[in-house]
Amino acid sequence: MIETAPHFKQPLLKTPFHARARALSQVDSFIPWAGYTTVDVFTAVEQEYFAIRNAATLYDLTPMVKYRVAGRDAAAYLNRLVTRNVEKLNENRVAYCVWCNDQGHLIDDGTLFRLDETEYRLCAAERQIDWLLDSAIGFEVLVEEVTEQIAALAVQGPTSCAVLKTAGLRDVEKLKPFDIGRFTLGEADVMVSRTGFTGDLGYELWLEPEHAEDVWDVLMLAGRTRGIRAIGSQALNIARIEAGFISPNVDFVSAEHTIRTGRDRSPLELGLAWLVDFKKGHFTGRRALLQESQAGVRRRLVGLDVAGNKPAHNALLYTQQNGKREIGAVTSAVWSPTCKRNIALAMVDAPFHQIGSTVWADIYLNRELLWERRMSRAQIVERPFYAPERRRATPPAEF
Amino acid sequence: MSSPAEVAPYDSIVIGAGHNGLVCAATLARAGRSVLVVEAAERVGGAAGTREFAPGFRVSSGAHLLHLMSGRLQNDLKLESHGLRFAATRMPTSALADGAAPVLLGAGLSQSDSAKFPVYQERLRRLARSLIPLFSTVPPRLGTQDWGDRLALLKLGWAVRKLGKRDMRELLRIAGMNVHDLLEENFDSEALKGALAFDAVLGANFGPRSPGTVLTLLYRLAAECAAGDSGLSQPVGGMGAVSEALASAARAAGATIRTGAPVASVLVSDDRATGVSLENGEQIRARSVISSVDPKTTFLRLVGARYLDTGFVRRVNHIRARGLAAKLHLALNRAPLFTGVSAQQLTGRLLHAPSLAYIEHAYNHTKYGEFSARPIMEITVPTINDASLAPAGQHVLSAIVQYVPYTLKEGWQSGRARLLEATLDALERLAPGLRDSVSSAELLTPPDLEREFRSSGGHWHHADLAFDQFLMVRPVPGAAQYRTPLPGLFLCGAGCHPGGGVMGVAGRNAAQQVLNGALAA
Repeated sequence: MIETAPHFKQPLLKTPFHARARALSQVDSFIPWAGYTTVDVFTAVEQEYFAIRNAATLYDLTPMVKYRVAGRDAAAYLNRLVTRNVEKLNENRVAYCVWCNDQGHLIDDGTLFRLDETEYRLCAAERQIDWLLDSAIGFEVLVEEVTEQIAALAVQGPTSCAVLKTAGLRDVEKLKPFDIGRFTLGEADVMVSRTGFTGDLGYELWLEPEHAEDVWDVLMLAGRTRGIRAIGSQALNIARIEAGFISPNVDFVSAEHTIRTGRDRSPLELGLAWLVDFKKGHFTGRRALLQESQAGVRRRLVGLDVAGNKPAHNALLYTQQNGKREIGAVTSAVWSPTCKRNIALAMVDAPFHQIGSTVWADIYLNRELLWERRMSRAQIVERPFYAPERRRATPPAEF
Repeated sequence: MSSPAEVAPYDSIVIGAGHNGLVCAATLARAGRSVLVVEAAERVGGAAGTREFAPGFRVSSGAHLLHLMSGRLQNDLKLESHGLRFAATRMPTSALADGAAPVLLGAGLSQSDSAKFPVYQERLRRLARSLIPLFSTVPPRLGTQDWGDRLALLKLGWAVRKLGKRDMRELLRIAGMNVHDLLEENFDSEALKGALAFDAVLGANFGPRSPGTVLTLLYRLAAECAAGDSGLSQPVGGMGAVSEALASAARAAGATIRTGAPVASVLVSDDRATGVSLENGEQIRARSVISSVDPKTTFLRLVGARYLDTGFVRRVNHIRARGLAAKLHLALNRAPLFTGVSAQQLTGRLLHAPSLAYIEHAYNHTKYGEFSARPIMEITVPTINDASLAPAGQHVLSAIVQYVPYTLKEGWQSGRARLLEATLDALERLAPGLRDSVSSAELLTPPDLEREFRSSGGHWHHADLAFDQFLMVRPVPGAAQYRTPLPGLFLCGAGCHPGGGVMGVAGRNAAQQVLNGALAA
């Protein structure tokens, strides 16, 4: 498990799945993520990506920062923290949430698990115990980080349900999207949520770290005939852009981390207005968001369908091909192998962010060290780019 | 009292009948608003009250000298016709030293000091006066496009510019200094330096060497200048008489005052303060609620964090509001005889802060959760000017004793008696025989003051007066213009600009904001 070597000799932690990941890594491509060393690519990005869309995949998401929120006021506390109505979240259900600072700017997004009547788990991208504890002033609630106490493994892809069933998770097919179920797998108690970051059929497994390797082995064995494969962050990133999901520090920067003014983003700007419930009572940022919703957003995150096949990485966006009036920038871009479209997420100023509008992306191409510029037409389109029916089907089809 | 369901909602409810709450209520009532003041105690006044601490002996319960309430405010509210009289005005200040002759400020100084003293006084007052534009008004917000805010900042800029090159340079030079260094630059006499430093640290969490103490001194001077620079006065009947006169003015203007009515919470519905709930369960509705209670209690207890944003609550939670001053009340069966103090000096304010080092030593203890065995004190014998406060021939002594920490390492159970002993010993050294004449004593430590006046930390300014809690950041950004993030809720107490002291400016400015808000809506 975790080495006891001094932290400066071992600046990155190893997840409970590290030994298995190390053994499967063919290109030795590891990246730091939230203080852990994690796999960027195991073999080849394309291979891993197609496993997400056509088979089953294992992705180690232990570095997701996890907080335990428990106590009499847990629901009231969370309702004041996040913009969604937590009162509506039933036991053994999960909700995607965002939370804001006083100015209504996004601090982080994450998933909220209701484990029982008074206990919740909040999974987030960033460590933020100070904000969570300051939010607890005046509430009878315990907030603690439990990241290291819980191993987390995503099992995603069309055959994921079949893999889990084969592995011995009886009735896992009955879980509806955002349901939580509890299972035993050999020695291990495994909590399974039908959640994920791929926009596909998939599950996330939450277990004690000492059972991590056993569970990994059981799943790999069970999935052998269903094309299971371990994947790294790069393949997942393609899938999440296709699904239209935003990624912290890519599509937005936490308002607790921005230094320059005007770099914060509100959930309304990020197209997450559906997560903001103005009728549920007070929450942090409500007054600012109400004002913003009345005044209208100044910019909005949109999906782009870009002409050509060159991903519009970091492209600035213009109203016209002449590139005179700048109106935004691309935050995430990729060639979508499934949609066969050149897609991107971009932040576009009002009033140019309407669906159907045309913008121009200034794309830079490096052709054997010679930089070329290409002004490509791009259309603002609906997100998600890819949303297969199987992601919601209950029970999922047998593959 | 008719049942609350039947009465129409008030325009405003003011929580707390201290001087600021009463000034606010009187101002609103005079503008034609229906106002209800709810006060937890049985009498009005709060820390600006008069209390009977022993049978027949009465004393100002908190502040015992009036020097910050402007004549204009007193005239506007016709406090004289509401019974406010003064037992003494322009009272002298004397510096007491152990075993040495006391120094009457302005006289009896060394040749060099007596030449420098008036120059120093005048220059400091000139600099302080440049701060007046900021003082009496609603602090401007920073970074807005609002012309009112810009005008306020321009006025300050102009007032500072008007000082001229030399004074402006001096203001910039000394504003960040500590008062110890400033006084060392100017004077020889230890007693004089001690007495002058006293005003820079009175009621503050500072010693003379703490950074920013020149600013606190200038601030106090600016407050005095803004109030008309009319010196120290003592109201007949103690400070409670000021509050009684304010209450009478408020009632005359149509306000209702209910005492013995502690507020349990501020009612909130639809993201708006809509009234108060009393501890007895009674609910009273109003279009606006104005709290003279300290900001921490107001936001964290009466309103509750769940109606406020996290960042705002975080700032409120960080307000420094631990009182460092205790109040001592003694019933004496004869007039005290302070060594070397003349009858004329005894009518005034006696400061015991014999040197800068003495004050700094006294302050040091509080850093470690101890009280000073040799405290600094501001002493008055109010019965010299106002015999009505004690049975015939007997006297009352009122002293602010500093430094006394809110949290005492040894605990207040045993600490209180030891502090009283130490303070009486210190007084005995200044006035031999005083101990024998004490028939009754009351010592109010910061926790006592917290309980008595329901102010978090027992701090009479409700929040330390320090550079980071001044002006447009007092008590916290987001509530520094008397409005709060919760619509319909206002602050009007000492926790707001310009702070504590019986001044009434916060109450009047808050009322103005309530009236402006109503205009805007």
